[in-house]
Amino acid sequence: MSEMVKNTGLFAIVAGLIVITGLMQSWNTALLILNMGLISAIMALGVNLQWGFAGLFNVGIMGFVALGGLASVLIAMPPTEGAWAAGGYGIVLGLLMGAATIVAAVLTYQRMPASRARTLAMLAILIIGFFLYRAVYDPGVDAVEAINPASSGNIGGLGLPILLSWPVGGLLAAGVAWIIGKTALGLRSDYLAIATLGIAEIIIAVMKNEDWLARGVKNVIGLPRPVPLEVDLQRDPEFVERAASFGMDAVTASTIYVKLEYAALFAVVLVILLWMAQRALNSPWGRMMRAIRDNEVAAEAMGKDVTARHLQIFILGSAICGIAGAMMTTLDGQLTPGTYQPLRFTFLVWVMVIVGGSGNNFGAVLGGFLIWFLWVQVEPMGLWLMNTVTSGMADGALKTHLMDSAAHMRLFTMGLILLLVLRFSPRGLIPEK
Amino acid sequence: MDLLNAFITLANFVIIPAIAYGSQLALGALGVTLIYGILRFSNFAHGDTMAFGTMITILFTWWFQHLGISLGPLPTALLALPFGIAGCALFVLMTDRAVYRFYRAQKAKPVILVIVSMGVMFIMNGVVRFIIGPDDHNFGDGERFIISARTFRELTGLQEGLAIRTSTGITVMTAVIVVIALFWFLNKTRTGKSMRAYSDNEDLALLSGINPEKVVVVTWVIVAALATVAGTLYGLDKSFKAFTYFQLLLPIFASAIVGGLGSPVGAIAGGFVIAFSEVTITYAWKKVLVYALPDGMGPDGLVQLLSTDYKFAVSFIILLVVLLFRPTGLFKGKSV
Repeated sequence: MSEMVKNTGLFAIVAGLIVITGLMQSWNTALLILNMGLISAIMALGVNLQWGFAGLFNVGIMGFVALGGLASVLIAMPPTEGAWAAGGYGIVLGLLMGAATIVAAVLTYQRMPASRARTLAMLAILIIGFFLYRAVYDPGVDAVEAINPASSGNIGGLGLPILLSWPVGGLLAAGVAWIIGKTALGLRSDYLAIATLGIAEIIIAVMKNEDWLARGVKNVIGLPRPVPLEVDLQRDPEFVERAASFGMDAVTASTIYVKLEYAALFAVVLVILLWMAQRALNSPWGRMMRAIRDNEVAAEAMGKDVTARHLQIFILGSAICGIAGAMMTTLDGQLTPGTYQPLRFTFLVWVMVIVGGSGNNFGAVLGGFLIWFLWVQVEPMGLWLMNTVTSGMADGALKTHLMDSAAHMRLFTMGLILLLVLRFSPRGLIPEK
Repeated sequence: MDLLNAFITLANFVIIPAIAYGSQLALGALGVTLIYGILRFSNFAHGDTMAFGTMITILFTWWFQHLGISLGPLPTALLALPFGIAGCALFVLMTDRAVYRFYRAQKAKPVILVIVSMGVMFIMNGVVRFIIGPDDHNFGDGERFIISARTFRELTGLQEGLAIRTSTGITVMTAVIVVIALFWFLNKTRTGKSMRAYSDNEDLALLSGINPEKVVVVTWVIVAALATVAGTLYGLDKSFKAFTYFQLLLPIFASAIVGGLGSPVGAIAGGFVIAFSEVTITYAWKKVLVYALPDGMGPDGLVQLLSTDYKFAVSFIILLVVLLFRPTGLFKGKSV
């Protein structure tokens, strides 16, 4: 049982760190860390499913997270007046034609015997299809983007409750993961890494540039919320009274209350996913996955369909990242494609999984909380360190530079943590059993 | 119809920029390919190695500018380049000592080394931002143009101008010199031959008395030199920003894989394939077509196949097509 004690202790330490933040800085900061920690833990679960269970090297997490965010806009925002009539159907038709072109090209490749005629036919299909697609798609886009560009200029969403976007975000990410998996999963591990890295960049590029979809870099703000607004709470006399009975003023109480509600929602999702991941890990399916990870050839000899199983787990892991992405956009209340950066959304999640312990779900969750805590807190720590270092120095260019640079300590620290863990405890804080 | 003007426009906006960009990518891809061939992993920290080397070069450039040393019409950065290379080589060798050597001794799986290089990437990224900050820096000086568009128009009397920037000229010249030197080194010198032998068959190379640690050290120094040169040229051509260099990782890897990982010739070919496709597909062809087609037949739209923001998509799709149909790349790289 000592292992149980150790693991509980580790979780208690992380919880303690967050509580200390609450006591020393403010409870708002602590709850912010907790909320993003919950989301990070879910992302880490997704990556752990792919890397820890199956050994798939996916560095395109950012793309799936962003797709989840896109889903919350498409589900929860109110539809833009007249956008569908103006060009929405044209866009959909154009996209369908584009997809049909690719399918036709693939079918031609599969059905025709290898010959120069096949190459020519494929090229002809692709070129004609591309121009047809542009001819249908472009007018639709122009029409939609012309509608009130300052405040909308996109097709808007469906106006449904935002909580619905969490599963939808997962489905959207799963769908894209299926397409990617179909093409890229046969590749060697580091080719798959490059391929997923590229796909994530492309997804972000699409979200930045297709203004009709979610306004691109003009951002979508003011997403509907699953919890009450702080302002409404402050106006509610009953709430103010209850806050007063706890000895708090209404403003602080409302912000904390809202964050706690978010935390409860996220915790429910995390617990469900963690339970499912644990069940999967200890099922015959999970054992098969680990067998495939440890020795693909042997697993194949036992009659396991390695490519199909890889595709399956790639889709599942990506879907979890999509859910986390939708949750994150819900928490932020806005979608800002410009802020998606691979260091933060792909590689940091990898650090979480490796540090926590790949192959162990609890390890991934622990890593998610711990690394997120450090990511947030290294900056004030760096500032403090720089303050101490430069306290004896005269004011000047060097001092200003050092103080300004403190903010960049976090990347350095994350790299250092990753390298130290890989070197001295390569199986992570909570190793795989 | 005016084919001459059409060609000048094409050269000015497509061919020359693509050659410059292709040279930069080729130099970057050569570094990736050498690491892959000899140390046997995909180095995710390569973009940041480029950024680090360029940063040292920029610091020395500023110092030289401060001292009043310059190269006349050429950018001062060229003078600072050897110092940049030395600084980068030193840093990379220290990294190898502190980090990679341990895993080499363990014979760790390549994918572990890739994750390790992710950690190095974080650290380098942090160091660069720490020292020079995340902002844009322009460090080119000297003459801006070899031929400016106006001079060209006056010289030839053509309607279209052809501008050749100094940075473009320097990029191509330097790339040619570096590549020739590299190939001479790999094919003619004893150390170069031992590197190729080590890359082809590690056991056999060890058996014939090649010192693996020496091969590794030489490789890192060459890679640092290539990365610094590529990064400085890119920075002179566009500008220096830490994040942009990190993003260059994708086209550079695409170039190396398209050419065939582990094959130096392939890396160069791949660099140009990627650069030319990126530029041609994201270029608005209207002007060229208006000149090239008979009067009145010119297109109304911009005739831009994809917006410039999708240039990553182009390199990526080429990469995917090559991987699916010819997994070892154009020049038969390794497929371990």
